[in-house]
Amino acid sequence: MTAQPVTFLGRAEAIIGTREAQLVNQGMRHLTEMRDSAVAEFPIMDPLRDRARVIRLHALANLDRLLSHFTDQVIEQGGEVHFAADADEANEIVARILEETGSRLVVKSKSMVSEEIHLNPYLEARGIEVVETDLGEFIVQLAGDTPSHIVAPTIHLDRHDIGALFARKLGVPETFDPTELNQIARDHLRQVFLRADAGISGVNVAVAESGSLITVTNEGNGRLITTAPRVHIALLGMERLVSRWVDASVILEVLARSATGQRLSSYTNVVTGPRREADEDGPQQLHVVVIDNGRSQILGSDTAEILACIRCGACLNICPVFRTVGGHAYGTVYSGPFGSIVTPGLLGMEPWWELPYASTLCGACEEVCPIRIQIPSLLLKLRARAAAEGRLPGWLERGIRRYTNTVYTPTKWERAKRLAHTLSSPISRDGWIRRLPGRGRGWTAYRDFPRPARESFSAWWRSKRGT
Amino acid sequence: MEGPTVQLVVTCLVDALAPQVGRATVTVLERAGCQVEFLAGQTCCGQPAFNVGMLTEARRMAGHTLDLLDVTQGPVVVPSGSCAAMMTRHYGELFAATDREQQAERVGSRVRELSQFLVDDLGTGLRASCDGCLVAYHHSCHGLRSLRLRHQAEVLLSEVEMAELEGSEECCGFGGVFAVEMPAVSAAIMNEKLDRIEASGANILVGGDVSCLMHLEGGLRRRNSKIAVKHLAEALAGDDL
Repeated sequence: MTAQPVTFLGRAEAIIGTREAQLVNQGMRHLTEMRDSAVAEFPIMDPLRDRARVIRLHALANLDRLLSHFTDQVIEQGGEVHFAADADEANEIVARILEETGSRLVVKSKSMVSEEIHLNPYLEARGIEVVETDLGEFIVQLAGDTPSHIVAPTIHLDRHDIGALFARKLGVPETFDPTELNQIARDHLRQVFLRADAGISGVNVAVAESGSLITVTNEGNGRLITTAPRVHIALLGMERLVSRWVDASVILEVLARSATGQRLSSYTNVVTGPRREADEDGPQQLHVVVIDNGRSQILGSDTAEILACIRCGACLNICPVFRTVGGHAYGTVYSGPFGSIVTPGLLGMEPWWELPYASTLCGACEEVCPIRIQIPSLLLKLRARAAAEGRLPGWLERGIRRYTNTVYTPTKWERAKRLAHTLSSPISRDGWIRRLPGRGRGWTAYRDFPRPARESFSAWWRSKRGT
Repeated sequence: MEGPTVQLVVTCLVDALAPQVGRATVTVLERAGCQVEFLAGQTCCGQPAFNVGMLTEARRMAGHTLDLLDVTQGPVVVPSGSCAAMMTRHYGELFAATDREQQAERVGSRVRELSQFLVDDLGTGLRASCDGCLVAYHHSCHGLRSLRLRHQAEVLLSEVEMAELEGSEECCGFGGVFAVEMPAVSAAIMNEKLDRIEASGANILVGGDVSCLMHLEGGLRRRNSKIAVKHLAEALAGDDL
């Protein structure tokens, strides 16, 4: 693999105008339409969003209590709970459980937190075979790629890419028919399911009152990996709890409609403890790994509200920037508007402080967020943090300082306007500038810039209206 | 009709780059019966610094604007949804728990975007007219989402033939400093918007924010497009320009 550009802009420039960008844009518009019609047919969506917000904020405000209650319940049901302070600890815990249970082959359902902690390479380096069973994640894994969207990981690929990939990697005859492609993946994965020693899943919602883990999928793979293998390991982002079942039902409704425009996901899988004596199937062991990895730090900061996020992806789907560049431009698993807030919190400001600037602050994200998270306002808070920590590029910081000094003093502003008109004379034609110097080049690389006026509005007012 | 005395805030972009929009705003407000006052010494509301996150600088600029306006009374009218949103919504945040908090609230509550003032406050009968025009309207994001503006411009343009613009509520990609910081991304979003404006068949693009409009007009010029670009105030002022 060639070295990735190190900045958002560098990665974005490499994607803009490509087929990948086109596929992402189409996919995002499609998902947004699905979401819009699912919301339009559901008159109580807005009050339910208000309710969902209250539920999530309440959970965050009482997270200690909820976690402790949840842990007691899981243990009561016969499961084990492990706490991981960071990614390394989480990976070590999972590897240890697999080693202790003699697990060599692991099947996974979709888990973004496993991407966050880079679990697969960690396990593979220890000789454990890991197979993704979510169709999208399976394709991403086969391609040696990374997910480009938290809900739709292969939105940057189409059936031709996938047909060619399957032929190359699985040795099957090339087909571009989606039904046949599904069948190929299903046949391949079914064999793996039956042989697997352990299943690793993510968790969409954890219910404190019963110690239950809820996972939603559209393929049923989540149900297989949590029942067929001997061991089930659930990776739980520390913040994904709700108090009660009635709360969970609200979250599931707004989640499905916002994510994919469904009334409910095809499969809502609930795991409460491992197999009991009378059960016909289910794992012998259930381990829940509760992962902090920076979440406590976010919880104690002015961006804590982002932890209320339920990962529906609606803010990605509607974001003009995300639609244009796709998830890969963000350089990390959590992309788009919510990712630009979560990532600097989880992974640190360096080098991720630039992500909050990858936004036009158009506000469309906040309008679709099922939890009504004030995304633009959180982006602004992170921008303020970046500026206060002195992370802004010199040209920008100096530019804003200079501008402030100029406009703060009206006489300087008057002079600056006159000077700008005079100096722009040699580079202007018909009142427009085709090439600006310095940082202005970025603007004029793509569009003309209006020439500063000969007579500003205030000069006109002074001469015509006499004040 | 005897209208109120209004304080006109033209914004830094109109003052320096698009004074014709300021003059059109004066024409329209006077035609609607208002006495227009304009305070010399007004410059910038502070939004560029605020959006970059440089809050000290933003507070300096915003404080300057607040001091200037606080000695006046009556509505403050701004021909920009973005700057009006800055003054009504963000001044409060910027000065929360400071000795300017009340001043920010006092001045902010007087601020009106132009179309909002004309339609909601004055109930004006002014309507734009334009023979042979097919108008595409760009609803700028801050007006649309922070101030909930939409029908106001539609009322003012109700006697003009309007083009069907796909995605008329989608961002144009300007984004303030974003346009300079991430120009390739900004321009890619812009180009999708321009494709749609061209596909609408419109021969004139109208909007309520000079910021988005200069970005879109600059892009249309690069395409050698024949589509004219006007601020809503210019469309309303019509022949008096």
